[in-house]
Amino acid sequence: MSAENLQLFEIFLRSKRGLDHKHVGSLHAEDHEQALEYARDVYTRRSEGVSIWVVRSDDICASQEDDSESFYDPSNDKPYRLATYYQLPDEVNNM
Amino acid sequence: MALDQEQNFQAKIDAEDKIEPKDWMPEAYRKNLIRQISQHAHSEVIGMQPEGNWITRAPSLRRKAVLLAKVQDEGGHGLYLYSTAETLGITREEMINALQDGSAKYASIFNYPAQTWADVGAIGWLVDGAAIVNQVSLQRTSYGPYSRSMVRICKEESFHQRQGYELMLTLCRGSEAQKAMAQDALNRFYWPSLMMFGPHDSESAHSASSMKWKIKRETNDYLRQKFIDQTAPQIEFLGLEHPDKNLIWNEERGHFEGSELDWDEFKRVIHGDGHCNRQRVQHHIKAHEEGAWVREALVRYKQKKKLKAA
Ligand SMILES: [Fe+2]
Ligand SMILES: [Fe+2]
Repeated sequence: MSAENLQLFEIFLRSKRGLDHKHVGSLHAEDHEQALEYARDVYTRRSEGVSIWVVRSDDICASQEDDSESFYDPSNDKPYRLATYYQLPDEVNNM
Repeated sequence: MALDQEQNFQAKIDAEDKIEPKDWMPEAYRKNLIRQISQHAHSEVIGMQPEGNWITRAPSLRRKAVLLAKVQDEGGHGLYLYSTAETLGITREEMINALQDGSAKYASIFNYPAQTWADVGAIGWLVDGAAIVNQVSLQRTSYGPYSRSMVRICKEESFHQRQGYELMLTLCRGSEAQKAMAQDALNRFYWPSLMMFGPHDSESAHSASSMKWKIKRETNDYLRQKFIDQTAPQIEFLGLEHPDKNLIWNEERGHFEGSELDWDEFKRVIHGDGHCNRQRVQHHIKAHEEGAWVREALVRYKQKKKLKAA
């Protein structure tokens, strides 16, 4: 099988127990098992992670940045969702 | 074998390592977590009711937008927590059923009615305030997914308490009647807020194992004390009377000390006899049933799309 026929996988690493998995990059592989092994070899040579997730790139559904204006617009004019919006006197400002 | 696993598990906990969903864990740890996290999720969702009741009656557009945003946040918190509980192998349906048939509990504070507009302020300031004290401590809980949702929730909570206090401050700087309304809300919500931390440590059924497994990081009484201490000066600043007439500052301990809580009331409300227990669950059932057609439409739409694609 030529490399072009291999599937693309996205790789996520948990650097330390208790933290979220973070996207670190992608690679080509035949299947999930192989992707895991490649990811170990490529992304964790210096013990960067304690857990690896591999996800087929095709299975990822992503929002489009071009649409971001209309997509996020409903939230942008609501500054009252932030704590800093509420001005409290110094004596009680530490809540 | 099981013994080794259990020792290994406890060693991880003792070393402040987090437990992740696919790790081996004692059955009792899993059960204890499911109970606590689902109860937490139910509280977020049922907690939308007393405040939601005031959205259409908020006194200004600004207050209405703020309240709407807060109640929306609580719905989101419920979602984070249900998803967290699901990582332990329980389904959403099982949890909702347990809430609706009364076998699962939620914070009993939400069985008190929000009678006046000032109650919306008191709830944000005191109820969310107490919840934050508890949730900040839970950011260090031993179960990874629970810890991470607590971090996210605490970030979002930060405005809930401040908008409540700001509302109270506005009322206290207003007319006599407005200030009296604020005082009345404080008088009614102060005590049940203290009860949110649960029974005394000596009476708490789940405390010992929860502490050993670091599901809980601080005891009920420790967290309650923290809340009493932070709230006293906030009451004073509002110019309101403290609801606890016996409250004194203990110089030696560096803490406030006050009256014993009415634990009979606590038990009554927990066991279903608060003002709104029946109403809260019935409303949940009604909303759930009225939403059935949406869930059904989603399933049908998916089936149709599948057919078209085939
Ligand atoms: Fe919340
Ligand atoms: Fe909140």
